[in-house]
Amino acid sequence: MSAAYDLYQEQILDHYKRPRNKGPLPGATLNARDSNPLCGDEVVLHVKLNGSEQVSDVRFEGQGCAISQASASMLTTMLKGLTMSELRAVNREALLKRLGIPLSAVRLKCALLSLHVLRLALGEPKDLRA
Amino acid sequence: MAKPARVLLNVPAIKADFPILQRKVRDKRLVYLDSAATSQKPKQVIDATSDFYSRYNANVHRAIYELGEEATREYEGAREKIAAFIGAKSPNEIVFTKSTTESLNIIAYGYGLKGKIQKGDEIVGTVMEHHSNHVPWHFVKDHKGAVLKYVDVNDDGTLKMEQYDDLLSKRTKIVTVALCSNVLGTINPVKEIAKRAHEVGAICVVDAAQAAPHMSIDVQGLGADFLAFSGHKMLGPTGIGVLYGTPVSMEATEPLLGGGEMIREVHLGRAAWNDVPYKFEGGTPNIAGAIGLGVAVDYLTRLGLDAIRAHEMEITQYALEKIGRLKGVTTYGPKDVTKKAGVVSFTIDNAHPHDIASILDVEGICIRSGHHCAQPLMERFDLPATARASFYVYNDLEDVDALVAGMRRVQEVFA
Repeated sequence: MSAAYDLYQEQILDHYKRPRNKGPLPGATLNARDSNPLCGDEVVLHVKLNGSEQVSDVRFEGQGCAISQASASMLTTMLKGLTMSELRAVNREALLKRLGIPLSAVRLKCALLSLHVLRLALGEPKDLRA
Repeated sequence: MAKPARVLLNVPAIKADFPILQRKVRDKRLVYLDSAATSQKPKQVIDATSDFYSRYNANVHRAIYELGEEATREYEGAREKIAAFIGAKSPNEIVFTKSTTESLNIIAYGYGLKGKIQKGDEIVGTVMEHHSNHVPWHFVKDHKGAVLKYVDVNDDGTLKMEQYDDLLSKRTKIVTVALCSNVLGTINPVKEIAKRAHEVGAICVVDAAQAAPHMSIDVQGLGADFLAFSGHKMLGPTGIGVLYGTPVSMEATEPLLGGGEMIREVHLGRAAWNDVPYKFEGGTPNIAGAIGLGVAVDYLTRLGLDAIRAHEMEITQYALEKIGRLKGVTTYGPKDVTKKAGVVSFTIDNAHPHDIASILDVEGICIRSGHHCAQPLMERFDLPATARASFYVYNDLEDVDALVAGMRRVQEVFA
């Protein structure tokens, strides 16, 4: 397999075809949506916090390329049980490590869309350079 | 199997003129199918721009010395070639701009916003326009209170001409339309559109960015009052575009850029404009770009625009047939290649267009994915994006075979 087929490794296709935690989440505490103007990829994130400010549930909705949607699916699997400060600490390195694929500059935007949406849900400005 | 197509151009000889087509991408032959975005350049064009800088670089029109004379002669010579290329009556009807986008903005600003358009006047466009033929007219709506109306498309990607008739009235002042769609490939009946526009007293603006590279254009026969196109999609350099206008339309248009070259005289606080076309060419122009475009026009003329069109019809027919046999693939736009340029937009079930483009890229195949700067058209077809392959003089049936093999690979990955 040549280098760029690494993009579509089994775990990426698995999360794209069988997304985890996909759907609406009534009563979610934090909600945000963003899209990639370049390609129209869209991710909506819903996070529910319990009484002790821990993530009790998380869901995403969206449409777009395999990279953006697999990334959103994978991100949701990283968030359950986290405290607010742990949620804020989820960063680009952590998500890219989870994705585990080489990404060109253009496809990096697809991969990081879900993280931007998490930042928006937390009320933080999105980092355009990220 | 499809019948073997008759390819009318000598593609191996043409390919040899394009240095970039000799390179490989990841050890694969480069299969370039994105000419609707920008075409590749033959060595003749590359050499012409390089020659200008190496041998006679000087500013045009005012230098008294020999270099300036040569530069002006070549720059104005390019204007003459382009006038002949589109059937203009005079080189004075040709303005050099940086792009189709700039050309359309000059019209919207100079004829619309600063010119004749009043509140309530109507501008009729179509849903298949490129953003560059949408957004400049939004400015006229926002600043002058013009009313924008749009002709819809049928599901087969052709314009709803009966709706167009209904939209026209005495209030219509401008009709603006692409001669060829950059997404669907639809070749619009601009001659008929212009005729009906003129009947209600409107002018007709033609976006020829996707047509000028691929088919013979006759501005007189079309009845275009303005026509815009770009050099870089027709074998020429980037940063050079053309605005054609009839003398009456050009005189009624205010310049967009004030500065050197575009003036007759300047005093403190006031100035008088230079003659058309120079009043639209404020600032030092893209001299090398214009000269390169002139050589690109020579190259296309030598191949013959009718031969180019026939060649692209053959390739497109072959592509539509081969792609049509793939299950789970949808193509958009007319299926009749006499109504369609060499542009094939498609989607593959379960695969996003960006993923299609990424996988084809691995095979050395360059296609485009996204909304193609035509979001209103994407909304019309309820699509977030499409993949698009587009053909030109250096493409052949082997390139289509490579594309189709790549599309099968996409289907395997996303099965």
